[in-house]
Amino acid sequence: MNAKAIVVTSGKGGVGKTTTTANVGAALARLGEKVAVIDTDIGLRNLDVVMGLEGRVVFDLIDVFEGRCKLKQALIKDKRVDTLYLLAASQTKDKGALSEERMQETVDLLLNEEGFDRVIIDSPAGIESGFKTAACAAQGALVVVNPEVSSVRDADRIIGLLESSGVHEVKLIINRLRPEMVKRGDMLEVDDVLEILGVKLIGIVPEDEQVLVSTNIGSPTSLEESSATSAGTAFRNIAKRLQGEDIPYPVLEPSGGFFAALRRLFGGS
Amino acid sequence: MFGLFGRKRSKDQLKDRLKLVLSYDRAGLTPGKMEELKSELLAVIHKHFPADENDYDVKLEQQGDRMVFVANLPVSQGT
Repeated sequence: MNAKAIVVTSGKGGVGKTTTTANVGAALARLGEKVAVIDTDIGLRNLDVVMGLEGRVVFDLIDVFEGRCKLKQALIKDKRVDTLYLLAASQTKDKGALSEERMQETVDLLLNEEGFDRVIIDSPAGIESGFKTAACAAQGALVVVNPEVSSVRDADRIIGLLESSGVHEVKLIINRLRPEMVKRGDMLEVDDVLEILGVKLIGIVPEDEQVLVSTNIGSPTSLEESSATSAGTAFRNIAKRLQGEDIPYPVLEPSGGFFAALRRLFGGS
Repeated sequence: MFGLFGRKRSKDQLKDRLKLVLSYDRAGLTPGKMEELKSELLAVIHKHFPADENDYDVKLEQQGDRMVFVANLPVSQGT
């Protein structure tokens, strides 16, 4: 993806925007890019806790917008990957404090003055002002969708809005795919979602308990070594595809059930 | 289309429902409005052609990038 400023969005809440922002941001930084992740969910900030940086937030995005601190002072440097920075949302202000003009300025400063290679913007749920501010400075978008009815419908709406607001590179991440349900015919498969939404794919992330475990301890799962079919690897692959690498999609096989238990019993993975 | 026990797979039902609802969403139409349009259209057609209403097929369809209003109105041959 050529875009340096990328918004992560979905329309519907709870599909994995923040998890995706943290994991793709961390993976890009691990690949050597200088990355800023910005939380624009004003009043409901969570990117800080997902990344385990909540104890270090002093200034936030709205403080920058309203001139209470310099941009540099609000950037929280991650200790695990030294090219990863967080700009937290304000927890006390409301969405009215967001300004498209300030957002644009901030992203420009990060890319042109502060030497960042990439800015990943975590959008709030919904299609109103919060989403619009998050998207206004982006040239690219990662649309996160779960293979279920309301998420797909909302993703379609968001894709339409992104296109009409000048975000040209729109790529789809199918998150929380459950191979055993796909196999039974009880969950949309990847090709179904692509056919319905008509956008290009950049990632397939399987449902993986490790994602919750990682957020419990505040450490993005993409920073851990893990198997080829894990969510962590899927997020790392998305980062590589963003950099233009042609990474094949691993075949996701059902992991639960009798045969998997049998395989484990006999020393398989 | 059908699973092991002849049951229509739930994901196929979802796919059909999503395609339909998204065609209305994208066109900014509601299914109710579409029904209204359909009956008005049929009334006009009826003035000119005798035909069985049940043969009429009026729907929204995605054709590439465009949403298309498709009306399939067979004209009865008349005996």
